[in-house]
Amino acid sequence: MFNSTSRPLASRRTVLAAGGVTTAAAALAACSGGSSDGGGGGGDAPAADFEERGPITLAKGKDTTGKLAEFLETWNSEHPDEEVTLIELPESSDEQRRQMINNAQAKSDAYTVLGLDVVWTAEFAANQWVVELPQDKFPLDDLIPATVTTATYFDKLYGVPFITNAELLFSRTDLLEQAGLDGPPETFEEMYAAIETLQKEDPDLLGFGSQYSKYEGLTVQAAGLVASAGGELFDAEGKPHADSAEALTGIQTVRDGFDKGFIPQEALTYKEEESRAAYQDGRLAFLQNWPYVWALGQAEDGSSSVNGKMVASLVPGFDGPGSSTLGGLNLGVSAFAKNKGTAVDFISFMVDAVQQKEWGLATAQAPANVGVYEDADMLEAFPFLPQLKEAIDNGASRPAVVQYGEVTQAIQEAVYACFSGETDAEPAMKDLQTKLTELTAQ
Amino acid sequence: MTSTAARSATIGGRRGKRIGGDHGRMAYLLLLPTLVLLALVVGFPLVLSAWQSLMQSGQGIDPATGLIIKGDTFVGLDNYIDAVTGTGAGAGFWNAFWNTTLFTVVGVSIETVLGVAMALIMAKAMRATGLVRASILIPWAIPTVVSALMWQLIFDANGIANRLLDYQVLWTTEGWQAKAAVLIADIWKTAPYIGLLTLAGLQTIDKQVYEAATVDGANRWQTFWRITLPLVRPVLVVAVLFRLLDAMRMFDLPYVLLGTLDSGQTLSMLATDAAAKTNFGAASAYSMVLFAYICLVAFLFIKLLGADVIGDQNRPPRKRRVPRRLRTTSEGSMP
Amino acid sequence: MSTATTTEVVSRTGEVLKPKKHKGRILGSVVIALGIAFILVYCLAPFYWMIVSALRRPSEGRSTELIPSPISVENFIAVFDPSNHFARALLNSLIVAGSTTLLVLVLGVFGAYALARLDFRGKVLVMFLIVATSMFPVVTLVVPLLKLFSGGFVWFPFNWINTYQAMILPTISFALPLAVWNLNAFFRQLPVELEQAAMIDGTTRFGAFRRVILPLAAPGVFTTAIITFIAAWNEFLIALTMVNAPLMQTANVAISKFTGISQFDTPYGTKMAAGVIVTVPLIIMVLIFQRRIIGGLAAGSVK
Repeated sequence: MFNSTSRPLASRRTVLAAGGVTTAAAALAACSGGSSDGGGGGGDAPAADFEERGPITLAKGKDTTGKLAEFLETWNSEHPDEEVTLIELPESSDEQRRQMINNAQAKSDAYTVLGLDVVWTAEFAANQWVVELPQDKFPLDDLIPATVTTATYFDKLYGVPFITNAELLFSRTDLLEQAGLDGPPETFEEMYAAIETLQKEDPDLLGFGSQYSKYEGLTVQAAGLVASAGGELFDAEGKPHADSAEALTGIQTVRDGFDKGFIPQEALTYKEEESRAAYQDGRLAFLQNWPYVWALGQAEDGSSSVNGKMVASLVPGFDGPGSSTLGGLNLGVSAFAKNKGTAVDFISFMVDAVQQKEWGLATAQAPANVGVYEDADMLEAFPFLPQLKEAIDNGASRPAVVQYGEVTQAIQEAVYACFSGETDAEPAMKDLQTKLTELTAQ
Repeated sequence: MTSTAARSATIGGRRGKRIGGDHGRMAYLLLLPTLVLLALVVGFPLVLSAWQSLMQSGQGIDPATGLIIKGDTFVGLDNYIDAVTGTGAGAGFWNAFWNTTLFTVVGVSIETVLGVAMALIMAKAMRATGLVRASILIPWAIPTVVSALMWQLIFDANGIANRLLDYQVLWTTEGWQAKAAVLIADIWKTAPYIGLLTLAGLQTIDKQVYEAATVDGANRWQTFWRITLPLVRPVLVVAVLFRLLDAMRMFDLPYVLLGTLDSGQTLSMLATDAAAKTNFGAASAYSMVLFAYICLVAFLFIKLLGADVIGDQNRPPRKRRVPRRLRTTSEGSMP
Repeated sequence: MSTATTTEVVSRTGEVLKPKKHKGRILGSVVIALGIAFILVYCLAPFYWMIVSALRRPSEGRSTELIPSPISVENFIAVFDPSNHFARALLNSLIVAGSTTLLVLVLGVFGAYALARLDFRGKVLVMFLIVATSMFPVVTLVVPLLKLFSGGFVWFPFNWINTYQAMILPTISFALPLAVWNLNAFFRQLPVELEQAAMIDGTTRFGAFRRVILPLAAPGVFTTAIITFIAAWNEFLIALTMVNAPLMQTANVAISKFTGISQFDTPYGTKMAAGVIVTVPLIIMVLIFQRRIIGGLAAGSVK
């Protein structure tokens, strides 16, 4: 009645461990090396079979444009025996992550290629949910180095950057003129001074906004601010430095903005879209956000009151322009999937310059491939592309730690407490340092 | 007359008159499919989870490769101790516990009062029944994931709620306003649920009982406390009981509306969150604690209010049960 | 003390007392009219906001205009974009929720009858066991169930990923406890004497149950059906986890995959439009069924 072989996506005869969830340690066939008994360790990551070919799946949030379907069509017509099926995951990235973890826990082979947020690399790698990838099979030299770093863990490659992202500062030409500036502000000081001038004439103007709601975006802000001030939340050895002088400067500056009314209280509810709405309605003078804002802000259907007045620049910093945190998506290969050889080939196809350019033009997302940034069509479509490239090159990474979930939560708690005026910057960051030390000590 | 008499006999305890026959085997035969299904879908995962809650997944990180050394360690009650003492992975437990309790107690109380009021009104609404019945289904019928988004839009800093209030409440920031937002959205959705079930209960009450009461000169208030409420009680108790169970497991609504704000964190969310952070042991422990908490609340609730719903195993003699029931009935009418 | 009062009310039914005053009547109907108005506003005001939010242009998702201008059906068109397979998703939802409701009613009526009318050992325990299955957070059940349905345990050698039964079975289990308890409460409300009378007339036990009790308990059965159907229609987590083929997904899962104009954009407009699309037919269907079923049962019941 319920014949398993009749289901196309069914994992036929998959050898899975019997017995309880908890006792199924190291049951996957591919995982024979390294992790046997706790004492020794030191071994390399388990070797995966990159020769096996056949149909695979791509699990990723839904594509906004239909371009991905085109890519798959192209690939499938050229590789009839190695078809790629798209599995659309929910739109929310938390939900995507939950589905991937659920499937990894159940050791299901439903997902082959995974679209991984840049901050998941360490955790997915350390849990061996994704396999180490052979570096020589991908055109890594064509990809922006900062993006490859986001896919690397302990000097091994666990993903290949597909798209990247960095935030920019969006100003308004009319207000810049009114404030007596001849270009967008480079530092917080300049920007705050401009807001002060503007607010004298229009007290209702909200000033500067970025994503200060308590969610992942707040960690993006914190990592960027600390990097802009010349510090880092975690050093190369993975030691936290949340209470450094630079970190304090970074956080305190935004807190000052809240205290003095240069940043509105409602910014505590801002995620990307809330802040974009405030900017497009003309209520915010300056907005720090991802480049997607450009096309929407320039829309001429009456939905944006700032069209034609927008100008993009690097995010504000301290002695000069600041750094933005990198976003983006890497493609990894599930440890439990079959046909990893096909998966590798398919990923190479996706990051090839041809696909990357098409993707950039269709979705306005920032490609990981360097060459695309010089492309004339791209430059015409996205006038801010040089600034974006610079922002990506100077981009800051979020902490590459295994307990990223706990780390980002701790950062959000501390920074939110400070921005909302509940605690001062110094005790908040001291407290954060203690927590992060505890978390990474294990 | 006869009907009323029969009914009061029914309430008092119809036990004593049996239909006869070999009941045990047939009863279990009828219940078997239900029990098997529940054992497979809920019982089995529950046992796995109980076992998992005594474990810690992973044995630390290999310093050379950065990989987590696989294998679960038996840690006994450590996960529970962490939770109760609020340390380690258990941080946030008490916050989530009190949020869960607050949402349940305040939410379910208001829902019950509103729901019963709605049912009483609907039972009397002769002409507009279709319209009212249709509209009361709407809050309950909209999928939670969609209605939570709808409330997100309403509670936006520049949304319609603030526009109507003419004051900017930052609903989705930490604090009481965030809890209020969750409560409003939850009550809106679920009061109709209680209303619907209660209405069905009201519809099975014999009209003659009311006529009798009216003839006896009881006013509306007395009729409600002495007749309507006791008669509808078994159904209402079941409705409220299941609302309690759902409210205590609340997850989607605060998750969509408030994200990870501490103010909206419930025990179910904490368990999900722990699983998302790969603390599978802790996640199971939270689930087990929540399970135990709900068991306790449900047990007390049934014990206090629903003894006659669960069965008459003890077979109290009929004479003694009638007065008890009547006393309960009239207690409500005392000022 | 007050026992006497109550007994009086219930037992002195035969006596004729003076009719109620008219003033109370009028006041009463005013209160009821106000109450109805309250219910309508309570239920419909937020829903109105959902509808207007769906009728805005996608680029104006956060507008607070009470009436959208211009009115746009773009969001509704977007819901039925071919890549969403939304019509198919609605059909899947109907199949899953419909079969769930039918099976829950059958199992629930059996179980509730046993609990309400039959006398057997361990009844209280069984009732508590049944309700206890509604006490465990569903989020924690998902991973073991995924493993179970993807063939992860030797004693369950089926792969049910991307099948209806993988969605229906768990959903039944989530809805059954309420159905059993609720129907039990309704059956108990009805006097045994009615069945006994029918049985004396020579009807079998089930005949008596079907022809006497079931029609009388119709409002309860029907409400249980509505509540089960809506709960199954709204189930999300299981449907999301057990199915990854686009043509097998339910409407809720399809909605969760809607995207906005960018990766950061929550597509409020299309989601609200989809919310309206999944809710309104449900309500209409309930209203039609309500007439049919209740009417039918009442007609077929004992005289």
